[in-house]
Amino acid sequence: MECDYLLEMKNISKNYSGNQVLKDVELKVKPGEIHCLVGENGAGKSTLMNILFGMGVIHNTGGFEGEVYFEGEKVDVKSPKEAMQLGIGMVHQEFMLIPEFTITENIKLNREILKDNLVSRALGEKLKTVDFKRMNKDARKALDTLEINIDEWIKVAGLPVGHMQFIEIAREIDKQNVKLLVFDEPTAVLAESEAKNLLTAMKKIANSGIAILFITHRLDEVISIADNVTILRDGVRVCNKRAEETDVGELAELMVGRKIDIQNKQASKNISQEIILDIKNLYVDMPGERVKGIDLQIRKGEIFGIGGLAGQGKIGLANGIMGLYPSKGEVLYNGEELNINDTKNTLKKGFAFVSENRKNVGLILDESIELNMIFTALNIKEQFLINLGLFKLKNFTKIKKYSTKRIKELDIRCTSSRQHVGRLSGGNQQKVCIARALTQEPDVLFVSEPTRGIDIGAKKLVLDLLLKLNEELGMTIIMTSSELAEVRSIADRIAIISEGKLAGILKPSDTNKKFGLLMSGIPLNKIMEEEA
Amino acid sequence: MKTVINKIGIPRLIISILFIIVLVAAKFQGLPMSMLLTDIIKRFGMYGILVLAMVPSIQSGVGPNFALPIGILCGLMGAVLSVEFGFVGVVALIAAILFAIPIALLIGYLYGKLLNVVKGSEMTIATYTGFSMVQLMCIAWIALPFSNKKMVWPIGKGLRNTFTLDTTFGHILNNFWDFHIGGVHIPTGLILFFLLMCFLVFLFTKSKTGIVILAAGMNPNFAEASGVNINRGRIIANMLSTVLGAIGIIIYSSSYGFVQLYGAPLMMAFPAVAAILIGGATAKRAKISHVIIGVLLFQGLLASSMPVANEMFPEGNVSEMIRMVVQNGIILYALTKVKGGKYVG
Repeated sequence: MECDYLLEMKNISKNYSGNQVLKDVELKVKPGEIHCLVGENGAGKSTLMNILFGMGVIHNTGGFEGEVYFEGEKVDVKSPKEAMQLGIGMVHQEFMLIPEFTITENIKLNREILKDNLVSRALGEKLKTVDFKRMNKDARKALDTLEINIDEWIKVAGLPVGHMQFIEIAREIDKQNVKLLVFDEPTAVLAESEAKNLLTAMKKIANSGIAILFITHRLDEVISIADNVTILRDGVRVCNKRAEETDVGELAELMVGRKIDIQNKQASKNISQEIILDIKNLYVDMPGERVKGIDLQIRKGEIFGIGGLAGQGKIGLANGIMGLYPSKGEVLYNGEELNINDTKNTLKKGFAFVSENRKNVGLILDESIELNMIFTALNIKEQFLINLGLFKLKNFTKIKKYSTKRIKELDIRCTSSRQHVGRLSGGNQQKVCIARALTQEPDVLFVSEPTRGIDIGAKKLVLDLLLKLNEELGMTIIMTSSELAEVRSIADRIAIISEGKLAGILKPSDTNKKFGLLMSGIPLNKIMEEEA
Repeated sequence: MKTVINKIGIPRLIISILFIIVLVAAKFQGLPMSMLLTDIIKRFGMYGILVLAMVPSIQSGVGPNFALPIGILCGLMGAVLSVEFGFVGVVALIAAILFAIPIALLIGYLYGKLLNVVKGSEMTIATYTGFSMVQLMCIAWIALPFSNKKMVWPIGKGLRNTFTLDTTFGHILNNFWDFHIGGVHIPTGLILFFLLMCFLVFLFTKSKTGIVILAAGMNPNFAEASGVNINRGRIIANMLSTVLGAIGIIIYSSSYGFVQLYGAPLMMAFPAVAAILIGGATAKRAKISHVIIGVLLFQGLLASSMPVANEMFPEGNVSEMIRMVVQNGIILYALTKVKGGKYVG
């Protein structure tokens, strides 16, 4: 075995309470190379990095299997601090900067250069003065390496996002012993030109002998910058390739892959051409999931899938139309304009929404299953009430009867309909969420991330339920999910959202390559042209 | 064993044990138990509605109504108006309540509006709103042109600090259907009225508006996604809380036999907040049962610890100080439990 790798992670396996998230993963990084780690959300990238940095989540959940070698020596990293001492640095996706400090202060945070003064000589270490001159010099040097022309004494507050990212990097390369830098989707928040600068800077850092582990989902970046690529899918290393031996198309195909047990939906029944929902130029201001101008037409009676990577805006779409986040644009429902900022009105018109955020938006955890089930219908349709003239009293018996029936129908495992939903398992909670939507008897159902955080058996039940609703009741379902395989298993058409815009609409039977390309924001026609 | 303790709740358990210890001590000191019990039951009826006023505000997500003095001031205004117009007996009591309700509705509405502007720091804002309203009303009690001899200073202008209700509506409810058992006086009317109010509030919490307010308080995001107007619910809940505060103080004054003006309402929110918290409520969750258990424990402990302390320290002011220490100690303890028992899913 050669020892010319800087970092070797061998046979890494990890499971979170029975849920296998990494299986026999191998990762090898040479000194001075740029190594890309590619994968969909949930492929295991973050877990692998958490293991590398010895994060608490790993140790608190029973540790991991496998071995990590750094510079040829076996290491057992127990905390991020130990990783730092080894010479592993991390450039975070969210900036960890103090706005009111200057750039220098941020770069040197907790590693200030000190000098003696009278008091410290008498009273000890803690009272030494901070040596700003030398700190500024160091900061300048780090900024120069990155070729950034901003003064080191400026406060961070108010700097453009691109610059903040560079300060974050400058802080890492200023550390004397850093040998490996991890970039966790650093270009996600940057504009294109800024991203280009960043890539140039990364090359420069790599040339100075520091290895870079680059986590990204922008495949064209991978091709343009990487020496080697490792692709993860469902916790398994799919392959490790030299970047020059591959192309964007192949990477896309490998990243999305084909999951074994779920069948793609076959072109099914005839769906009417009638447009039920016509979305024009929709903008949604949902932090982290902004929608920046989407046009979509949804047909009556179809299951319409919305896919895409996290943070690209797919979640924002449903939330925007339901009026949970400020939005603008035109939405026509059966040809009639819908006021998308008025949730109550939208619900009254026959829409229902199962939120992606089950615990915060989807449920009242501290309340009973029955209240959670009937609440929206009670508020919007005034059902489950006894009208006493002066006021409307809740109809205890009707609620009990209805919820008991639903619990049986959906096979919700609970002690009684009065049990608090917080005590249920994820899958059962999700069923309560869906039950609430069903109680409204909607014409259009938005379902976001219906299978997030629930086990495989429950996943299948939930998906089957959606299919059944669609087929038997003719409900139009708009399902948003990060798990492409699921969307492909039940949807009739699938829109892929990238960077807040519609990248394209595909059939479930389209190739993995097409899905992969659209997800990383590469328009299909561009590739088709190349192929033609 | 653990589940039993969890079910009762540590604060309730501690206060109950303390309550029992004090009662036993009282027995050993040879204090007349019938007097003690009479006092406990009377206080239960007197303070009950003021504690009940906490329920709507907690359920709406605003937290305990620290601005209870606002409702109290509305109630006092009603009482003063009733006396001013010269009503007597049951009519005076009903008139006081009828005068107070519209005032409380209006002020409660404005107060609810204020709370919607300061979401996130309601408890602090509420406390100081209460304080400043009390001070403002101090000027009003002097300046308003009341003239009934039963209330105003014999010389000069303005209302007296304290005036008796003996000739108007004092002890009306206490003496309604009242009886004695083994020397213990049971103020049937007072207790019944309190229970009636409890029932009305219970009905409200089970009405459509009540359920919507409850949901909005428990999880505003959830409610919003179901098309609930959260701000409207909060305003309604605070109007109701203010009205209950107003009715509460009228019943309190009637039972006490005196109306106390000026600085008296200043600190009245705290015992009420403490009582409901001891009863098992949290800043986010409150039920009628919390009110009943809480008032009984808190007022019971106060009523019984005073004579016991008196017996132990007969010298001068010591017992009064002990009373303050006990009362504020319980309040402090209850406030540390504001988030207690919160379910972590």
